[in-house]
Formats: sequence, C-alpha cells, structure tokens
Amino acid sequence: MSIEIKTHAVEPIRHTYSNIQRRFGDKPASRYQEASYDIEATTNFHYRPLWDPQHGLNDPSRSAVRMADWHAVTDPRQFYYGAYVQNRAKMQEATEYNFSFCDKRGLLTRLPDAVQENLLRLLVPLRHVELGANMNNSSVAGDCVAGTMTQLHIYQAMDRLGMGQYLSRIALLIDGGTGEALDRSKTYWLDDALWQPLRQLVEDSLVIKDWFELTLVQNLIIDGHLYPLMYQHFDQWLAEQGAEDVSMLTEFMRDWFSESSRWVDAMVKTVRAESEANAEQLQAWIEVWQPRVIAALAPLAEASVGAPALTEVAAQFAARLKKQGFAAQEIVA
Amino acid sequence: MATKNKKLSLKDKYQYLTRDMAWEPSYQKKEDIFPYERFEGIKITDWDKWEDPFRLTMDAYWKYQAEKEKKLYAIFDAFAQNNGHQNISDARYVNALKLFLTGVSPLEYGAFQGYAKVGRHFSGAGARVACQMQSIDELRHVQTQIHAMSHYNKHFNGLHDFAHMHDRVWFLSVPKSFFDDARSAGPFEFLTAISFSFEYVLTNLLFVPFMSGAAYNGDMATVTFGFSAQSDEARHMTLGLEVIKFMLEQHEDNVPIVQHWIDKWFWRGYRLLSLVSMMMDYMLPNKVMSWKDAWEVYYEQNGGALFKDLERYGIRPPKYQDEANKGKHHISHQLWSTFYQYSQATNFHTWIPSEAEMNWLSEQYPDTFDKYYRPRFEHWQKQQEQGERFYNNTLPQLCQVCQVPTLFTEPDDPTQLSHRSLVHDGERYHFCSDGCCDIFKHEPEKYIQAWLPVHQIYQGNCEGADVATVVAKYYHINIGQDNFEYLGSPDHRRWQAIKGNKPLGAGDSKDAA
Repeated sequence: MSIEIKTHAVEPIRHTYSNIQRRFGDKPASRYQEASYDIEATTNFHYRPLWDPQHGLNDPSRSAVRMADWHAVTDPRQFYYGAYVQNRAKMQEATEYNFSFCDKRGLLTRLPDAVQENLLRLLVPLRHVELGANMNNSSVAGDCVAGTMTQLHIYQAMDRLGMGQYLSRIALLIDGGTGEALDRSKTYWLDDALWQPLRQLVEDSLVIKDWFELTLVQNLIIDGHLYPLMYQHFDQWLAEQGAEDVSMLTEFMRDWFSESSRWVDAMVKTVRAESEANAEQLQAWIEVWQPRVIAALAPLAEASVGAPALTEVAAQFAARLKKQGFAAQEIVA
Repeated sequence: MATKNKKLSLKDKYQYLTRDMAWEPSYQKKEDIFPYERFEGIKITDWDKWEDPFRLTMDAYWKYQAEKEKKLYAIFDAFAQNNGHQNISDARYVNALKLFLTGVSPLEYGAFQGYAKVGRHFSGAGARVACQMQSIDELRHVQTQIHAMSHYNKHFNGLHDFAHMHDRVWFLSVPKSFFDDARSAGPFEFLTAISFSFEYVLTNLLFVPFMSGAAYNGDMATVTFGFSAQSDEARHMTLGLEVIKFMLEQHEDNVPIVQHWIDKWFWRGYRLLSLVSMMMDYMLPNKVMSWKDAWEVYYEQNGGALFKDLERYGIRPPKYQDEANKGKHHISHQLWSTFYQYSQATNFHTWIPSEAEMNWLSEQYPDTFDKYYRPRFEHWQKQQEQGERFYNNTLPQLCQVCQVPTLFTEPDDPTQLSHRSLVHDGERYHFCSDGCCDIFKHEPEKYIQAWLPVHQIYQGNCEGADVATVVAKYYHINIGQDNFEYLGSPDHRRWQAIKGNKPLGAGDSKDAA
C-alpha cells in the first residue's frame, strides 16, 4: 500500500539561474554548477590596483596563457566548499586515527635512532616545501580568473597547509611533543647541502609572476616528481629499514596526490587543447622547469632511495605528459 | 629520541604548526617574495608579535566546517522539499533577498580573492594563515548564499542573473565600487577596510538585520545560513581587531595612516549600508527594529566602546561620525523614496508602505517621518490610486566616490540636498557629502577612474541610450517581471495564487498582500 502525502505546490517558473541556463539549458543544475560558474566579476572594474597598475582587477592578462572562457577548466571531483570540506573531514578522521594509533603504541619512538634521524632529515623538512606550495596556491587563487579555477587553488592551498601540519606532527611524535625534533629538522632544511637545491627551487617559485606558469610549476611539475619520489619510493625505502609504520602517517599524502592529480591533469589538458599558442607556451615552461625539478630532487634521492628511483619517477612523469600530448623529454637523474 | 624537554603549550604547538614552517629566504630577496608589504608606508618591525586570533589547524578546520556544512545542506534540502518559500511572511520579503544576492553575495567572492591575495603576500606566516582561512570561509559564504537562494530563484523573479547584474546595474556599483576600492588598495588598507571597518565595526549592521529579518519573516534557508556563517564571522571579527591593534602597536608612524583609513572606510561603509537601512524600514514585512535603533545599538554604543578602547593608541573616532549619527533619522526614507521612483531600473519591486507601516515609521521616527516623508508617500499613493504610479525617467547625478545618487540632505537641514563639487585637472567632480569629497581629495587619481553607470549610459557604453534598452539588454532585467511596482507584479500574483487568494490586477487594493 502506498501513501500519498498531499502537498500544495506551485510549479517552479525556472529551474536554475540565468547564467547556468545559458550554459546548460533550463534544467535542474548541480550544486557544483551553481556555486562555480560566473560568480566572479568580469567587467566594469572601478579602479586599477595600486599594487599592479599595469593590470585591472580579475585581469586574465596576468597570465600569458589565453582561454576564451576559463570556466572550461572544471574540477572532475566537482568540489564546491561543502563537498570539499566533507571529503577532507573524512580523510582527516582516518589520519587522526592513524596518528593516535602510532602515538599510543610509541611506534615512532621505538625506531632506532638512525631511522628517527632519517625521518627528521629526509622527510619532515618537506613541511617547508608544503608551506611554499600553500603560498603559491593562495597566490594563484588570488590572481587567476573564473570561479571554477580560483576555488581549485584555494582548496589546494589549504590542503598543503594541512599536509605541512601532518608532517610537523610526525616530528612531534618523535620528540614527545617538545618541538625539539622540529627545530632540528628545520636546520637540515636551512643548512644541509642536500636540501639547498630544493629550497632554492621553492624560493624561485615564490617569485614567479605568471599565475598559470606558477600552477604548472607547483602543482604539475614539482608535485608530479616529489610525491611519487617521497611518498612511494622513499616510503618503500623506510619500510625496508623497519619503519613501515610511517606509511600510516603519510597515507593522506598518497590519497591526496592521486586525487588531486586528476584535476591538475584535467586543467593542463583543457588549457593545452585550447590553442596551439597555449600548447607551445606550456611545453616551453615544462622544458625550463622539469630539468630544474629533477636536479633539485637529485640529492634527496641519492641520500635515500638512489638515483635510479628518480629516473623512474621522471619516466613516469614523462608518460603522464605524453598522455596529454606533450613532447616528453628524456631526463636521466 | 629521548628528550627531557617540557611538552609544548597549545599556543606554542600552534606556532610550530604554522609560522615555524616558514623560513628566512636566502636564494631570493625577501622584498621580491613579498613585494607589496612596504609601499603603503606601514612599518612592521616584528611579525613575531602577531597574535594568532584563532588557533585552528587544518584538521580541526575541516572537521568543524564539515559538520556545519552537513547540517546546513540538510536544512536547504528540507526547505526545498517542503516548499519553504510558501511559509514566508509575504512575497514582498523576497525583495530583500534580491538585494542580498545581487548586492552582497558577489562581495563575498571579492573578499575570497582579496584574502587569498593578502594571505600570500604578508611576510608574517601567522597573518598569512589567518587571512587564508578567512579567504576560504568567504568562498563558503558566496556558495552557500547562492545555494540558499537557489530555491527562491525557482519561484520568484529578480534573482536569476545576480552576478551579471552586479557588474552592470546602476545601484549595484555602490557595493561593487566599495570592494574594488579595497581590493585595489595595498594589503594593509585592504585589511583595515574589510577586516576592521566592515567586518568588525559595521558587520552587525549588515548581518543582524538581514538574518533577523529572515527569521522574522519565516525564511528558514537564509536564517540557517546566517547562523551557520556566524562562527566564521566571529573569527573574521577577531582578525579585524587583531590587525588594527597589530599595526598600531608596531610603529607610531602607522597611527596617522591607519586613522586616515578608518575615516575613509567608515564613511564608505556607512554609505554602502544605507541600502540596508531601507531594507529594514521598508522592505521587511515583519520588521525587526528600525535603522535608527540599529544604528544606536550597533554603532553608537558598540562602536563608541571600541573607539574608546582604541584611544590609547592615539586613534579617535571616525571623522564624519557625527554626520552619520544625524543621518540615522533620514537615510532609509530618502533611499526608499529614490528606489520607489526608479523601480523600473532595478531587479526588485517597490511599493508605498501600508497605513500600518507608516504608523510604525511615525513611532520609530517621531521627529522626522510625519514631518518630511509621510506627505511624500501619501502624495504618491494618491497618484498611484488614480492609475498614475510615479516613475522618474531622468537619470540621477551620482556621487563620484560612493556612487549613491546625490539624494541625501544636509546633516542639519533635511530640506536641503547635500551636494559638493570640486575641479580636478580641469574637470568638475560631484559628491554627496563632505565625507566623500574628502576621500576624493586624498586620492583623486584613484577616484577619477570610477565607472559611473549614468555617465556610461550617456556615453553609449551600455547597449542603449534609453532606460528600457539598457535595463533589458545590458542589465538582463526582465521587463515587467523583475521590475516596477510590486502590486500586480508576477511575484505578487503568484503569491496570491500560492495563498489561494484571487489574483489581483495592478492598482487594486493591496490589503490582500
């Protein structure tokens, strides 16, 4: 038996906002669509920025890359704010469980001193790289145009802050929450020769002016090498030294990387496909930056997983680029 | 690693999890990494003195915000499923939402990008993180507002092309120019404008009326959004106060710069909020409190206490505070009168207040309403009853700075229109007040750039020279649906149908509303 609940309803006069109708027709729209498209001001700006009088506000010409409509770049995950925080809250819950599991059983403090030192020397300094990535993505969010693009980058910025904080907490597990291990780890970042090429690369990325170049360098090229190297090869290397528990503490990073690579690839592919000029510009940037990224990571690889692992990472990255239509370079680390 | 050191306090732990991730650069110059920090003349001697106003790590942020979002969207869903729009006090109320979605929500987006920018460009990592958190919160606000009002858009007119309208419609250049002004300023002025003047000093005058208005008028979606945003706003207000105190404590040379910004942004904010005054006094069918009362509580009392507190830094109350205090008796009436005349060129409806509403206004404004404003409304009402609803077909003179038509009167003489003008570089510019004229004098190069809708229409930059063409083609206002008098409008007729009353024609009695 079915019960019919009677409601007094007047039919809607339209299904969604006019801008969404113009793009997708008058049919019920997704929350992602309504929250992302055309929400950014595009015209009739009143004043030129004092901090950049050559450009207007929301000025697409801040990048050399051109798109007829930047909304062509979309998020395959369909993240708007609500979907984003709910997804991350789930990941955070699992990570929190792993941290407290390791903490309760003292899994890190039981590791041999040499292994602990390796964590502080080779893994924890990545928190500084994450802070650089946080700044770069916040910069892109502030400068780039179209709601679909800007929101991708602010979520990315906050993710990087979160991951920097998780890396910091690994050191806090080691030193019992005193901060001593974090201080030590930071001296490696500042003074140890093996980190200097990467630190220089991060500082160089902080002065990139073109926001599309910046997202390409940070989110495609640096991450595309660093994450597989440090969270796959290095992770395996740690396991071989009996530190497989550390994997529990960096699971967030692996999940995050495979998920966020999807939107980075989608973005690069869309922008590349727009025009021959874009394709050439992207190719040129890749040719400048990829060798620098490999060179910056080389000392880190040599001190841990070995140079062949980095060569393998570079080959995988080349395959990733090739899928998107780029001419991949032969790079041997 | 064996250690005998003491465990970190929560505060120190938070420092490690934010600013300790930063470092002094050595491969690039600090000025190249943070190129915008110095050009306003603000002197920061020690960023370590920055007190993080809220110590939220990202894991905690995700967790709390996700819980809030879950609850919020559950209510949006229930609201839509239960046709919640049928439970509001009266369809006239929806006009307040039209003002909100076209006037306020796009500002949240501007705040999002503005904070993302300063959240990258302060060399103090603690301040950067605080700004980034506000940035993503502001994105939350624009998106949840769009979602909250999506259901109304399906049932009422005027909300359908909010972002397009925000960029173009004449009166929306008031909020737009305000945010463009802040975003085109340097990072410290941006924070003084938005975090301090807007979020801290004036935000209660925006949010309390809107959200209480929603509650008083049965709008569950908006009131729930308002509650949900409140904890974000509390963080933003804390940031606003921290920013101002930090600048003042860092160097005494900062005091006159900050004082000038406070004067400027108080006045700009006051002019912007005049839109809220008419919402409170005229647009809400169930009224929360009068604009005058709100101004007394939220500005004169709260703001008074705040500026008393800031006195020890050498800060005095905003320069034109007294004029703003005098204006509380007038601005809502003057503004509603203006919108009543120009309803053909807006995305919302206007109407003559009912007899009961006029009596309420007389009580709230015993010294001014009956004397100056009631006769005007009664005159228009008579005209309307004779089938000659008054529309003004000339274009108004706009103030070069705040962009409100020069409709306000002299602070001490409500029968004299307030108008100032000056010549700059051989060109004459017009202003609504001494406050706006002062702002112009200080930065003429900035304000001569203003995109003034009336001038743009006359110059032929808005797809037509007559009102109807501009309204339809350039603004995307659907003529006869989104605009004109409320009585007899499609919204009005639809509301009658929803309530099971016989639809009314234009000019019929409005009692049934």
